[in-house]
Amino acid sequence: MAETYDKKIKFLEEMANKIRQKLIETLVEAGSGHSAATLGSADIFAALYFHILNHDPKRPDWAERDRLVLSCGHYCPVLYVAMAYAGYFPLEELRTLRKINSRLQGHPHYGSLPGIENTSGPLGVGLSQAIGMALAARMDKKKNWIYCVTSDGEHDEGNVWEAVMFAGKNRLGNLINILDRNNIQIDGFTENVMPLGPLRQKYEAFNWYVLEIDGHNIEAIIDAVNEAKAIYEKPTVIIAHTIPGKGVDFMESEYKWHGVPPNPTEATLALRQLRTLGGKIEEE
Amino acid sequence: MINQKAKLSPEIFKKDIKQAPTRDGFGEGLVIAGEFDSNVVVLCADITDSTRASLFRDKFPDRFIEVGVAEQNMAGIAAGLALSGKVPFISSYAMFSPGRNWEQIRNFVAYSKTNVNIVGAHAGISVGPDGATHQATEDIAIMRVLPNMRVFVPCDALETKKATVAAAKIWGPDYIRFAREKTPVFTTEETPFIPGKAEIFWESSKPQCAIIACGPFVYNALLAARELAEEGIHTLVVNNHTIKPMDEKTIIDVAKKCRAVVSVEEHQVAGGLGGAVAEILAGHCPTPMEFIGMRDTFGESGSPVQLIEKYGMGIKAIKGAVRKIIRKR
Repeated sequence: MAETYDKKIKFLEEMANKIRQKLIETLVEAGSGHSAATLGSADIFAALYFHILNHDPKRPDWAERDRLVLSCGHYCPVLYVAMAYAGYFPLEELRTLRKINSRLQGHPHYGSLPGIENTSGPLGVGLSQAIGMALAARMDKKKNWIYCVTSDGEHDEGNVWEAVMFAGKNRLGNLINILDRNNIQIDGFTENVMPLGPLRQKYEAFNWYVLEIDGHNIEAIIDAVNEAKAIYEKPTVIIAHTIPGKGVDFMESEYKWHGVPPNPTEATLALRQLRTLGGKIEEE
Repeated sequence: MINQKAKLSPEIFKKDIKQAPTRDGFGEGLVIAGEFDSNVVVLCADITDSTRASLFRDKFPDRFIEVGVAEQNMAGIAAGLALSGKVPFISSYAMFSPGRNWEQIRNFVAYSKTNVNIVGAHAGISVGPDGATHQATEDIAIMRVLPNMRVFVPCDALETKKATVAAAKIWGPDYIRFAREKTPVFTTEETPFIPGKAEIFWESSKPQCAIIACGPFVYNALLAARELAEEGIHTLVVNNHTIKPMDEKTIIDVAKKCRAVVSVEEHQVAGGLGGAVAEILAGHCPTPMEFIGMRDTFGESGSPVQLIEKYGMGIKAIKGAVRKIIRKR
């Protein structure tokens, strides 16, 4: 059993690495898009799509599925890559991202691509939409889980705190917010642009259950979600500390990589680093 | 004269005609919708009694959601509910919803094409003493510009009830606008209400001008038409309750018949009913028009009657516009 679990974790870690590589290729092909946070959250999306979510890529409208609401829509390249590997659509379609007539819009559009649960991009409204789904599930006595991925920067938005207040008051135990705490936003480090801390205490004050984890530790992500599921009387926020640009040394923790893609030379370098795990193994 | 097919109230021109605020019809319509569809849910932002959503709350407490003074969150939650198969109505004052939460409505309701119904109460200048901060005179414009959005402006409490029930039945985003003050209930249960179909309420033989109106001002248009008839000026009055999709056929037909049009609305002239009519006519049969509405200005505190007179939207103004436009035919 333990061996199987270890294998699972190893598989997910490798999946996260595959997702990062495909992200680099996808962003270069698109010619625009967000590099830092997508690389930084690859472990979270690998864990979600290949272990945590109860979903069926062949039946994206299955009524009992868990919902993944992406609030920070600019993360969509990592969402699309994870969905493609999971089998929602062919990997080749990733080449159409941000191009004309594509189902892969620059920011996700509900209705364009089966499996996309909500429109996002304009920040701060995903949690509200997730709340709507959590309320509906509660009214219909459904057992599915509603996950929301939010960015730290979008917590500048007042709408986020309206939603946090509402979910706390209504004790939405079926709602899990995974907050990607990567400390950057477009204009700089979050604590310089608009200090967000202390996030733990803020969420606790609004009647949420709070967990803090290393967002690159797949095992920690899975454990945190399992713990959140055991908390019935409150919504849970998992504050996942991540390194933006994770896996590519010249992108890591550099806020200037927030909203730009690598050029082809940078991409070659990035892919070499990812394929060799930063030089630890030989490239295939 | 009154179009008999419209089956308007026999009391229509009596001094003591029954009066009710259009929002009463909303509350009654919600209860009907809640009875025939268990997926109907209602959200309100701290003004539940005022919008009459309270009628639904009292009947279906498990399907009523209080969000506090947070209209942006309300729109987002409604989108999420709709994405899970619910039929949400979000209710507040038009100034705040769709005013304050317009972007949430644009992206997560209209663009996502979620089945959310937005109702804006206290629209127009007749809100009165609260002043310009609470008088939404731009909401028709900001809603009719949104792709996928239907826009209804019912003329009395009874028609508001019908519009509310219709919005619950029609799949897709809808906006319903209504007012604060009591206004005459001059339609009946038998008066036709078909979304997207304008109704002719008054028609003289050989009309010289079509008065196209929406909301409670339709009644003023009828009073104006009756007084004009006594002067020998013959008109036709259209109750254009659906601003979008607008009944192009009826608009073009009446414009061709009358060769002069006056639009009447409790809204900015720019972007509202009159603008929508002008867009249709410019493309199909250019027709001289006069516009009754707010002329690029904000309102102020005062009684509804005083405000409507001061801002040139009363019966006298409608008659003046008709006299002016028929000289241009």
